[in-house]
Amino acid sequence: MTWQQQQQDGPSRVDGRAKVTGTAKYIAEFSFPRMAHGYLVQSTIAKGKIRDIDTAEAEKQPGVIKVLSHKNLSKLAIPAPAPDAVVRPFYALTSDEIRFNAQPIAVVVAETFEQARYAASLVKIAYDRAAHSTDLRGSLDKAFVSGREQPDRGNPEEAFAAAEFKIEAEYTIPIEHHNAMEPHATVASWEDGKLTVYDKTQGIQGTTGYLAAAFGIDRANVRVLSPFVGGAFGAALRPGPNLIIAAMAAREIERPVKVVYSRRQLATAHGYRPESIQIVKAAADKDGKLTSLTHQATHNTSAYENFSENLVGMARGLYACPNVRTVSKIARVDMQTPLWMRAPGMVSGAFALESALDELSYKLKIDPLELRLRNYAEADPETGRPFSSKELRECYRQAAERFGWSKRTPEPRSMRDGKYLIGWGMATGMWPAGQAAASARVTINADGTARVESGTTDIGPGTYTTMTIIASQVLGLPLEKITFVLGDSELPPSPAQGGSTTTSSVGTAVKEASELVLKELAELAGKDEGSPFREIDAANLITEDGSILVRGRPETKLSFTEILKKNNLGHIGLLHRSTPDTGERGKYVIASHGAQFLEVRVDEEIGNVRVTRVVQGTAAGKIINPKGAHSQEMGGVVWGIGMAMTEKTEVDHALGRIMNPNLAGYHVPVNADIGRIETIFVEEDDKIVNPLGAKGLGELGMVGVPAAIANAVFHATGKRIRDLPITPDKLL
Amino acid sequence: MRPFAFKRVSSPADAIKIVGENADARFIAGGTNLIDLMKEGVDLPDELVDISRLSLSLVRSLPDGGVSIGALAKNSDTANHPLVRRGFPMLSQAILAGASPQIRNMATNGGNLMQRTRCAYFYDVATPCNKREPGSGCSAKDGLNRYSAIFGWSDSCSAVHPSDMCVALAALDAVVNVRTVEGRERKIKFADFHRLPENAPEKDNTLAHGEMIISIDIPKNNFAPTSHYLKVRDRASYAFALVSVAAALELDKGTIKQARIALGGVAHKPWRCFEAEKMLVGKKADAETFQEAAKIALQDAKPLSDNGYKVKMAERAVAKALRRSARI
Repeated sequence: MTWQQQQQDGPSRVDGRAKVTGTAKYIAEFSFPRMAHGYLVQSTIAKGKIRDIDTAEAEKQPGVIKVLSHKNLSKLAIPAPAPDAVVRPFYALTSDEIRFNAQPIAVVVAETFEQARYAASLVKIAYDRAAHSTDLRGSLDKAFVSGREQPDRGNPEEAFAAAEFKIEAEYTIPIEHHNAMEPHATVASWEDGKLTVYDKTQGIQGTTGYLAAAFGIDRANVRVLSPFVGGAFGAALRPGPNLIIAAMAAREIERPVKVVYSRRQLATAHGYRPESIQIVKAAADKDGKLTSLTHQATHNTSAYENFSENLVGMARGLYACPNVRTVSKIARVDMQTPLWMRAPGMVSGAFALESALDELSYKLKIDPLELRLRNYAEADPETGRPFSSKELRECYRQAAERFGWSKRTPEPRSMRDGKYLIGWGMATGMWPAGQAAASARVTINADGTARVESGTTDIGPGTYTTMTIIASQVLGLPLEKITFVLGDSELPPSPAQGGSTTTSSVGTAVKEASELVLKELAELAGKDEGSPFREIDAANLITEDGSILVRGRPETKLSFTEILKKNNLGHIGLLHRSTPDTGERGKYVIASHGAQFLEVRVDEEIGNVRVTRVVQGTAAGKIINPKGAHSQEMGGVVWGIGMAMTEKTEVDHALGRIMNPNLAGYHVPVNADIGRIETIFVEEDDKIVNPLGAKGLGELGMVGVPAAIANAVFHATGKRIRDLPITPDKLL
Repeated sequence: MRPFAFKRVSSPADAIKIVGENADARFIAGGTNLIDLMKEGVDLPDELVDISRLSLSLVRSLPDGGVSIGALAKNSDTANHPLVRRGFPMLSQAILAGASPQIRNMATNGGNLMQRTRCAYFYDVATPCNKREPGSGCSAKDGLNRYSAIFGWSDSCSAVHPSDMCVALAALDAVVNVRTVEGRERKIKFADFHRLPENAPEKDNTLAHGEMIISIDIPKNNFAPTSHYLKVRDRASYAFALVSVAAALELDKGTIKQARIALGGVAHKPWRCFEAEKMLVGKKADAETFQEAAKIALQDAKPLSDNGYKVKMAERAVAKALRRSARI
């Protein structure tokens, strides 16, 4: 079957019907009896102290129960962070200090949402202002290295100086926000000292631990539920202010409280992709062999935490270059701490690195794809270790062929369609394929159904579906007989959904737990004297349609139902925790790779660019859920188009304030911006990454796209845009 | 959102009476802008008068061959009306270039004229803005002004009018029919309907409080086959214009008998380019002439710190829109 067919015919989302019919409930849709509504009051200065909060007018309004702030809320049990702690979580409403503009500083609790919202507009705050700085460029001189400095590989300086062909350029990317459809929200309820919250989160366990620590209670007394997440992209990887505020307010008024962020407020409900300034120096010999590569990246962090993401990883791991220097710095600004946003670090770094490679290809007069092939890393260039698998070369080949890359004429401005300029560009993506410990419980019921449980989340990539497919393949049950349950801290613990590791981690736990349950079933089946399953090696057992069969002896068959009934059991189940084989994994470098080839059509007169078609080649191990994988890679391309063409969080540095906190002012791409997107998967047979052989791909799909677009725009127009997004004004 | 009274009326006279007597009352029809303003705390009416069920949604021919569009006709219905599509296709194009299908299905023609600027500072009550709060200052002038005006701005305001539809109406010399608080009918030339900010940016237009738009007349013209609305924006749909151009020509064997050019996204009101229009009359409709006209259209532009690109963009857009109008 071709990939196109598999994508069409593969299983559809098991939660699709619930989502389109509205029965899938998102956080703000949950309620408790007697629940009150909290609406946030946010600061209007970027730095300083709250001198006074005047709540008199607000408290007079109908329905208002209480206005809560650091002045009247009971203290939390937050442990003081160590003096050198990198992570210093922000606990809203616990002090008079203003660290960023639109910081939550009070919450109005009322009987209805509308009452709370109106009263919140009447709360008056007096500040003692302090001078702020929100501009990364202005803070560059105070940038510092965060974490370990990586030693040079070879002598990049000398090699650069001696090189005949070289480029040096600066690349800039503005702050970007996740802008998920679902707003951050929490519904919190205390009962007999036990806290239950519905919270928009990507990490059930982290949220549980955070609440337990903040309130000084046992984890067992905290329950966190997050059954559906309406897009998160990293924005829900840390607890939002809504979580602690709803829980504190509920404790204070002794009633359940719901706190939902408005769209305008959301810009500071969570962090953002930091602004970055990068310098790349690249040099090659006349044959196009890279001789020197320097990648220096600086991005902003907040005034109170050292948030650092790795923009320079690809410079060390993608190309076989003997002389490499990478420098990673951060600089403080008076804004909220940034946060991981789809393909954090990697996509920002790839924009610089893969643009620079493209620039170098023109100096060398070597085709951009050919230049990459000449510097292909057969083994990890940093450590010399082999890759567990790496079908990047095949991604290049298949995607280029599908795209028709060989028909490209190399000169900029050489391709046209009538009055439009046409540009073809390409780039490479890479993403580390991690695996973490995870657990799952698998139960087979006497009615022939199965229940699979794990305390993970599904932020949209199709975790419900993928886990159901994995269980189905092992248990030999059709998808509709399996129910996968997630999003509850009482389920077997699994890691946060981040870093494209859920299929790898939770999927392995589901696979192994399913295998172990089957083994127990087989043992039950072979327990009786004279059973045809007695003495059969487990390796010879297969499952099909809810039954166990002996390989080569189709008549020897017992259904799960028969086995359980014979043993007077209503069900059989077990809990299993899977762990990565760190010893074996450690011998290799394990990563997903991808290549993007795409076309832009430019109306140069008015600076209008359209990405007309994209071919995305992906090598991410074994593909478990073809339709879901296609959807993820397509989404990655759309995100890449947004980053390259339209997305920018506008900050007024005089006010120290985000000025486009809504979906009209912050431009995510709309359907009309998207042309044809094709995905190709080059499967890898990888026994090292994990027992499933699956690598992550949710973030990989966007990594190369912004650079490929900038490269195509250069090919079309001869203009190199190094400052994202590529809006029409930059091409005039 | 401030608590408010909601009244539904059965005649324009009733609506005008209620609103005319209460400075904090507003008409509401589609609500696509007013509700946003209320949610953001930018406008705080204490009384809304629902006029959406009044019979003001007719689109009909005028005796002179023009068209009259009702104040309460939906933007989508107007854009897709055969009279508009056949006789005034540029107006259709302009309407359909704005907002999203969902918004156009709700938004009315009168409301389109009355919509307020989308300047980011106007919408954020935590920032100074003379239009929202007279005397508080203009944050855009020395702040983020990539979307701001290049014509007609003052020290007090550099906001632009956000409508696409109004740019076409300005080019087509539309007339706004208004009923006054005293119950009189009055006609306002479209060019006089919206105003420049000067020292009173809080006033977007020349309507008195309580006056109601009844309909908009577009006089007959011969522009239908040779007109074009061009919009340049940051994404393909659901984005306000960086600049837009409504261009219309009347040609006689390749010679220009009459020309209209209006710009959007460049001023506090749709910006007519009278001098460029005058220059075009009697000239041959060719690319060179259009280039010259475009230059004249932009010669008095005064950009701010971040919107210098608008001058070049608008100049090129004018030339392009004229070429498309003339089909060359």
